[in-house]
Amino acid sequence: MNLYQRRRFVNAFNLTASMLATAFGLFWLAWLLWTLLSHGLQWLSWDVFTMSTPPPGSAGGLKNAIVGSLLMTFMGVMIGAPIGVLAGTFLSEFGRGSRMAPVIRFVNDILLSAPSIIIGVFIYELVVVRMGHFSGWAGALALALIVIPLVVRTTEDMLRLVPDTMREAAAALGAPQWKVVTVIVYRAARAGILTGILLGIARVSGETAPLLFTALNNQFWSANLNQPIANLPVVIFQFAMSPYEDWQHLAWAGALLITLSILGLNILARIFLRTRRQDY
Amino acid sequence: MNDTTHTAATVPVVSKATRRGAMADAAFRGATRFFALLVFFSVIGIVISLLIGAWPAMSKFGVGFLWSKEWNPVTDQFGGAVAIFGTLVSSMIALLIAVPVSFGIALFITELAPRWLKRPVGIAVELLAAIPSIIYGMWGLFVFAPLFADHVQPWLTDHTAGWPILGALFDGPPMGIGMFTAGLILAIMITPFIAAVMRDVFEIVPGVLKESAYGLGATTWEVVRHVVLPYTRVGVVGGIMLGLGRALGETMAVTFVIGNAHDLSTSLFMPGNTISSVLANEFTEAVGEIYTSSLIYLGLLLFLITFVVLALAKLLLLRMGRRAGRQT
Repeated sequence: MNLYQRRRFVNAFNLTASMLATAFGLFWLAWLLWTLLSHGLQWLSWDVFTMSTPPPGSAGGLKNAIVGSLLMTFMGVMIGAPIGVLAGTFLSEFGRGSRMAPVIRFVNDILLSAPSIIIGVFIYELVVVRMGHFSGWAGALALALIVIPLVVRTTEDMLRLVPDTMREAAAALGAPQWKVVTVIVYRAARAGILTGILLGIARVSGETAPLLFTALNNQFWSANLNQPIANLPVVIFQFAMSPYEDWQHLAWAGALLITLSILGLNILARIFLRTRRQDY
Repeated sequence: MNDTTHTAATVPVVSKATRRGAMADAAFRGATRFFALLVFFSVIGIVISLLIGAWPAMSKFGVGFLWSKEWNPVTDQFGGAVAIFGTLVSSMIALLIAVPVSFGIALFITELAPRWLKRPVGIAVELLAAIPSIIYGMWGLFVFAPLFADHVQPWLTDHTAGWPILGALFDGPPMGIGMFTAGLILAIMITPFIAAVMRDVFEIVPGVLKESAYGLGATTWEVVRHVVLPYTRVGVVGGIMLGLGRALGETMAVTFVIGNAHDLSTSLFMPGNTISSVLANEFTEAVGEIYTSSLIYLGLLLFLITFVVLALAKLLLLRMGRRAGRQT
């Protein structure tokens, strides 16, 4: 083999390997989704939505877990999203040139990738130990702490995409800075900020680790955030690890539900972002 | 600008509006600054609360906690060696698999794929990152582990028996679960993160550089190897560190498949433990101050390890970003 042939061979070999790697990555996605559909679809029925988690051996559903998850996710996002948007606004609008902004951005990125179980331990120490019992509020706070860094990051990125000329135009008309930001910049970046919040919802709806020590679980119907509250991820975890077949079936149904909603949210977020890009 | 009467007439009106505007400005700016600081102090708060929680165990076991294999709730003797070892080993396995795969995916998306295929492939890979970790765990335990135990493990054990290092690594009963399975699942989970960073940094390589290499007759691979990779080396390493940070702290998927045994073993097919899986399994059941405190000590160690790794990743990517900024 001469040099030319060898170079061509190496090229072809490595490029094929690259395609195979891509196929390898997509193969797992397909396998995971197929597993979920084949295991989960058959156990999905109305009972899943209308009955609470059963004791082993009797019929039941996931109503309390679904409602608990929705409640905690809602509260977590209601707490986390405004904080995240305002902090992101600071980084993009007021922090330029300050020494504080890079430090906060750095710390925020660390928090974004920090192990979620550590956040669970933190909220346990901060809230559960003080209150003396597990509660839905503690779970919502833990989720909020996961939403915040994500929203900070996307808000900052999206606000930075708004051209400075728009800010200057508003300022030239005499608008005070708060008005420039809320009326002009937020409006221009609305779709982007919403996308960030949607991604935040998607991220926390599957989080299990931080809820283990905060919301715990509750086998019975409860919508009281002051008490331990059932939630889908922890129920899936407990039911999947249990030796009872009907519990495992419910776990698969729950897993399918949670994955479909998260994938749906992700795709929705992308559509949002796409329409925004076309706006400009 | 010497029309004093005119300015004098407008001064009261303007100043009133301006004063209100200035006050609202200060309030708004203060609010955003407050919440930005809140983010900062919550991270500080995490470190402090972990330190306080871990203090009883830290004062009892000291630094020896790091290399003590003991984990005995009955005698209140705890050491973190097994969990720390498991965390590092499973993450290393994950990196070994995920780095080449991510590189292949990034290469495919940036250099090979036709335009119409780039977006769908990119989105599909990103969806892999969106699937919650508990789903990976269930799939790993109920679908992957049985297949792996029946078809792959016996073959690997037989064919590597007697080999110097691999023989010991792949020795053991085919259980499906264990360190190797955990590492493999972690690899699938972190691949999208690493691939996304690699794709982004590959895309900032100036077209002129690549075209001049092509102009000299280089093949696509040679362009990637000798132009793209040297140019983006810092960013690529940053992306790998980011993936490592994720792998170290991953909890639920690992808890399902690692086997949860407080044993140190040379074989990758044996069950083990990671810091996060110990926490997930034992934290709510721990009785006694020292037990809980030892678990928090482990959590503190995990946080410190990931902090260092992520900070390094961030610094490397910042350097890469600065280079991109200079180019444009």
